[in-house]
Amino acid sequence: MQRHLISAADLSRDDAVLILDTAEEMARVADRPIKKLPTLRGRTVVNLFFEDSTRTRISFEAAEKRLSADVINFTAKGSSVSKGESLKDTAQTLEAMGVDAVVIRHGASGAPYRLANSGWIDAAVINAGDGTHQHPTQALLDAFTMRRRLTGRDAGLGQDLSGKRVTIVGDVLHSRVARSNVDLLHTLGAEVTLVAPPTLLPVGVGSWPCEVSYDLDAVLPKSDAVMMLRVQRERMNAAFFPTEREYSRRYGLDGDRMARMPEHAVVMHPGPMVRGMEITAEVADSPRCTVVEQVANGVSIRMAVLYLLLGGNEPAVTHARPPVSHHHPSDERSAHTPFAEEK
Amino acid sequence: MSKILIRGAKVLGGAPQDVLIDGEVVAEVGEGLSAEGAEVVEAAGKVLLPGLVDLHTHLREPGREDSETVLTGTRAAASGGYTAVFAMANTFPVADTAGVVEQVWRLGKEHGYSDVQPIGAVTVGLEGRKLAELGAMHESAAGVTVFSDDGKCVDDAVIMRRALEYVKAFGGVVAQHAQEPRLTEGAQMNEGVVSAELGLGGWPAVAEESVIARDVLLAEHVGSRVHICHLSTAGSVEIVRWAKSRGIDVTAEVTPHHLLLTDELVRTYNPVYKVNPPLRTERDVRALREALADGTIDIVATDHAPHPHEDKDCEWAAAAMGMVGLETALSVVQETMVDTGLLDWAAVADRMSFAPARIGRAAGHGRPVSAGEPANLTLVDTEYRGQVDPAGFASRSRNTPYEGRELPGRVTHTWLRGKATLVDGKLT
Repeated sequence: MQRHLISAADLSRDDAVLILDTAEEMARVADRPIKKLPTLRGRTVVNLFFEDSTRTRISFEAAEKRLSADVINFTAKGSSVSKGESLKDTAQTLEAMGVDAVVIRHGASGAPYRLANSGWIDAAVINAGDGTHQHPTQALLDAFTMRRRLTGRDAGLGQDLSGKRVTIVGDVLHSRVARSNVDLLHTLGAEVTLVAPPTLLPVGVGSWPCEVSYDLDAVLPKSDAVMMLRVQRERMNAAFFPTEREYSRRYGLDGDRMARMPEHAVVMHPGPMVRGMEITAEVADSPRCTVVEQVANGVSIRMAVLYLLLGGNEPAVTHARPPVSHHHPSDERSAHTPFAEEK
Repeated sequence: MSKILIRGAKVLGGAPQDVLIDGEVVAEVGEGLSAEGAEVVEAAGKVLLPGLVDLHTHLREPGREDSETVLTGTRAAASGGYTAVFAMANTFPVADTAGVVEQVWRLGKEHGYSDVQPIGAVTVGLEGRKLAELGAMHESAAGVTVFSDDGKCVDDAVIMRRALEYVKAFGGVVAQHAQEPRLTEGAQMNEGVVSAELGLGGWPAVAEESVIARDVLLAEHVGSRVHICHLSTAGSVEIVRWAKSRGIDVTAEVTPHHLLLTDELVRTYNPVYKVNPPLRTERDVRALREALADGTIDIVATDHAPHPHEDKDCEWAAAAMGMVGLETALSVVQETMVDTGLLDWAAVADRMSFAPARIGRAAGHGRPVSAGEPANLTLVDTEYRGQVDPAGFASRSRNTPYEGRELPGRVTHTWLRGKATLVDGKLT
């Protein structure tokens, strides 16, 4: 593993599989009466959120607390940032307080990269979503969800997503989720198809490692997972599409369309959903829709990422599991017994 | 004033000759000139050029003296071999009245490092709605002939047409910053493969090209001349080439950075590479070099745009657009045009001195190196190679994209009307 997690594109296949496998171990913690590990005891993590995102912040916070980290939440609203303090000063101020990791959500693409690479701070940086660039933990939790549903919880261990066909539908242009997913799913061997009106695809998408289609109905029967992206109604006013109704008719997922998917195929959504826009209530509430699982899996994935970035060699989260290729051959984690109970 | 003998310089890159400066003018050019009574500058192996002329400089004064002043900017100019710079109008207050342009012009005169020719705003406050008093600025002591809303595009077709027509009365020229504003809302970098990956708002080539196409047609229709600032795309080159072939009176400039750098550098998210128009692709760079070589693009202009450190030491979206360029321009041109065999030094003299002086009507600048001409001269050590060190800049700002990059060529001497402003690489 690297020291930071900035982009899904930075992860090798082995890195990604290791995170997914570690997340499976973390998920078992959630099944216990006491959902806590001592791994990050004494370590401090700051959730530095320059953009509103209650879900992502709470998910990271839950992950940090389950690993016993000390958690500081910093949100831009009402803070010194609104008084003109720079990202650099804010980060340095927090680091001066002894922070080991910064989980950052920022409206500007590249802000986490700058934080990690400008020599401003020494702490590990985890990207919790930057502008329209990347949201790597979202891509990881999506891959985790797919692997569980399509391969199986235990059968999936050590496996990637080779041969799985994933369709991502909606506002790709403005979506960091789409970018992260294309990168990670490609690394994991899946075949990705993006479906959107041409206005909502970036110029330059042709160089991405995926297919592009404007025809949802043609792609659905060949999909193992269909990921619907949120489409903000305001996009209509910038002429990305004529009306909400037309968008829903052409690119929305309703019951009829879902019926044309293979029986095993799942419907995914990173949330928050705009019901009636990209997804109907019938689909959103169906058992094929993984939205709620994705939220639960998000905590496990974020625990795994925090552990792998910050846990170092501490064997607190260990488990006898099928051998997987590790980035650090000397890593002793796999030799240890299942998760030690809280001492 | 005493005499100076520049001995053995390759004048415009040609055979070694001696050049004798007497007072403010070049007294004699020839072989084996007498050094009697003259201070001698040994120039064997070096290239002597006419003093460079920059048609596109941001001096920031008045209003943003934290990033540059007329003094620091003209010292940077002298350091880069320039004897005249055209100061852009986007100051605070905007240079849209005779009062502001005269102030900038006087400051240049007082400091004496290079002549400062103010550019007047086309519209009041650069707002694109109402013509500024173009005639008053022309008649002022500053004698403005170039008008530009640079930083913003004169996007209203009627205002652009009227401005093109109006300045004909006194031989003026409108220098257009070609950027269709609606197509570039939220634009952060060139729109293409790299912007798609980085998730940064795209600045499409068509936003520049469509405005240039409109403006050359307007210039043809009303019989005016038009100048295109910082042309940056292969498509823009084709439009200007076509316009010239039709006899339209259009001139165009390219910046040094658009001759060398591409949008691949934006992958670092380092705002030193953030500039407007943005860095484009390898294909565009090639087209720009070819166009500068074949004369489709008339001149190199720096778009020297100083910014304080804090405006670049931040996330990309929050950073200011622009790069300093006066002190590295000639080196970049040598790297991209001369050392590649696309231009010889005589052609460099044309693109960086003769032609910009002609477009901007800068009297006494861009003249041949011959007897009787004003002694505005630049001596270049073309054999030099070294890393760019911003700490040594005369500019108040350090926002260069070339820090640590090895570039050829170094200006060792600059003379402004016979007075040395730079000697052995040091400002006087």
